[in-house]
Amino acid sequence: MPREIIAAGLEQRYGSSVVLRVPEWRVAAGERWLVVGSSGSGKTTLLHLLAGLLTPSAGALSVLGADLRSLAGRTLDRWRSRNVGIVLQALHLVGHLSVRANVRLAQYLAGLPQDDAAIDSALASLGVADKAERLPRELSQGEQQRVAIARAVVNGPALLLADEPTASLDDESAVRAADLLIEEARRRQATLVVGTHDARLKSRFEKTLVLRK
Amino acid sequence: MNLATLSAGYLRARPLQTALSLGLLALGVGVIAAALIVVAQLEATMGRDARGIDLVVGAKGSPMQLILSGIYQLDAPTGNIPLADAMALKKSPMVRKAMPLAMGDSWRGFRIVGAGREYLDHYGAELKAGKYYEQPMEAVLGAEAASRSGAQVGSRFTGAHGLGAEGEEHAAPYTVVGILSPTHSVLDRLVLTPIESVWAVHEHGEKHEAGKAGADDDREVTVLLVQYASPLAAATLPRAINAKSGLQAASPAFETARLFRIVGAGIEALRAFALVLIAAAGASVFIALYSALEERRYDLAIMRALGATPGRLFALLVLEGLVLAALGTAAGLLLGHLFAGALGLWMEAAQQPPVSARHFEAGELWLAAGALLVGVLAAIPPAWRAYRTDVSRTLAAG
Ligand SMILES: Nc1ncnc2c1ncn2[C@@H]1O[C@H](COP(=O)(O)OP(=O)(O)OP(=O)(O)O)[C@@H](O)[C@H]1O
Ligand SMILES: [Mg+2]
Repeated sequence: MPREIIAAGLEQRYGSSVVLRVPEWRVAAGERWLVVGSSGSGKTTLLHLLAGLLTPSAGALSVLGADLRSLAGRTLDRWRSRNVGIVLQALHLVGHLSVRANVRLAQYLAGLPQDDAAIDSALASLGVADKAERLPRELSQGEQQRVAIARAVVNGPALLLADEPTASLDDESAVRAADLLIEEARRRQATLVVGTHDARLKSRFEKTLVLRK
Repeated sequence: MNLATLSAGYLRARPLQTALSLGLLALGVGVIAAALIVVAQLEATMGRDARGIDLVVGAKGSPMQLILSGIYQLDAPTGNIPLADAMALKKSPMVRKAMPLAMGDSWRGFRIVGAGREYLDHYGAELKAGKYYEQPMEAVLGAEAASRSGAQVGSRFTGAHGLGAEGEEHAAPYTVVGILSPTHSVLDRLVLTPIESVWAVHEHGEKHEAGKAGADDDREVTVLLVQYASPLAAATLPRAINAKSGLQAASPAFETARLFRIVGAGIEALRAFALVLIAAAGASVFIALYSALEERRYDLAIMRALGATPGRLFALLVLEGLVLAALGTAAGLLLGHLFAGALGLWMEAAQQPPVSARHFEAGELWLAAGALLVGVLAAIPPAWRAYRTDVSRTLAAG
């Protein structure tokens, strides 16, 4: 099964306005892409399309060999939970769950066995193993981000998506966060697509897709 | 991790909201449960006490008062009637059983009732110790009267005039000759003695006060408990008795039904109030879950992004409602039994019919089912909104 991403004539419309148009885009398995563009250019929209959180208005989109327009409902939710890891700018850790439980949530919702060893190894590879029993609010912003990445990768997704992972970070942290994502993707041989308008990240990625309004 | 631990974890994270919903539900369920438990026990007790008694004959007055005093030994008697009238009735072919009772005195709040053996047999009395009375001024104690007073066979005591605890003491002492096993009837709370004891005590008193000796033909009894020889008697006997001057006949079935209608109205009001509490609890569950949706929308969206189906979010919220309802209901039933137990203690101290906290009613199951349903229904609108979460839009906004 081809683990690549192929978009052709991809369009997302809201009402009559086209908010995203990707005529032709190919991402080979294991590549690391930066999707850049000004605010409102459709970066988030593209990432949501790749995750199957949105259905394209027009065009073809094949992600990891799955034709996303043919998946729906429960099947799509299950596909996403096992194949796609998502990190968002606002990290969206669940506040009343411990760090460990936040990561376990990804296993549980994917219908996978709840495996503490996998959780510990994901937390350890991101350097937050000692925070496992803490609540998110007891962690620094950078630590929370590491937990969010751990949650995104714990199920071993073939595609790792990150939306503005560095927006609120200073230069040093921004670069470190990008490196963490790249490192995790490389270790797990996952494809990485990061949407950002953060120019600081350009040097870290070999491929760039530029979106225009 | 599963849906139950997720919902429980969420509820724990909002202790105030959770406590409010639980408290309202527990109160509502508790009040209704207590009413169910207490009324059922009182009805059962009153039914048992009145079993086999078709008519109570006594002095004119309130028929309800006659029933309450004559059968249940609760209210003050309406007065006395001539023994001769009672004996005449006893001989009537329409009467199978007639049990004259004489009362007016008490000992430590337990009523002293002068009665024949047939009154004890009527309630299936059995001796636990000693013997039945044979002579005037011998007394047999009901189980509760014995245990609460601590009296033994051979104890002597003097009755106090009147039915309260404060009456003036009579001079003549009673001797306890027997103690009954529990009958779960009115007997348990009585001091029983030959009817002649009561006459003797009061003749003595009257002599003392009025200087007038009691003769056989102005002897009196307080009530006559009657069992019909045939159901036909119901048509004629009460009317015949009520026509006589000074006599009144009252039907326990009719009067207790009337009593429960009156009490029932109060219970209904209480129940309506409790239903309002349960409805408020439902509203509080609804508000707790619904208002929190705004704050939880990222949690719900991220769960969807992590692979949760909309149905699972729906189930999560319904489960939260159900968990609240289940905890509130359990606490409520417990509270209901505690209420009943507290009332039982108070009634026991006041020598009223027994009410136990350990009594269970089938109605409690219905109550629990209803309360659970309220919790689930209250959770459905928020659950529906969670089901409809627009993941992409929510996550894009954050
Ligand atoms: N649900 C929606 N309904 C209508 N318009 C939408 C919706 N979601 C996004 N849009 C519009 O689509 C366009 C692209 O939005 P998107 O969030 O993808 O941009 P972006 O590149 O991620 O911007 P930013 O850098 O600000 O995050 C915007 O003009 C936005 O207003
Ligand atoms: Mg965006």
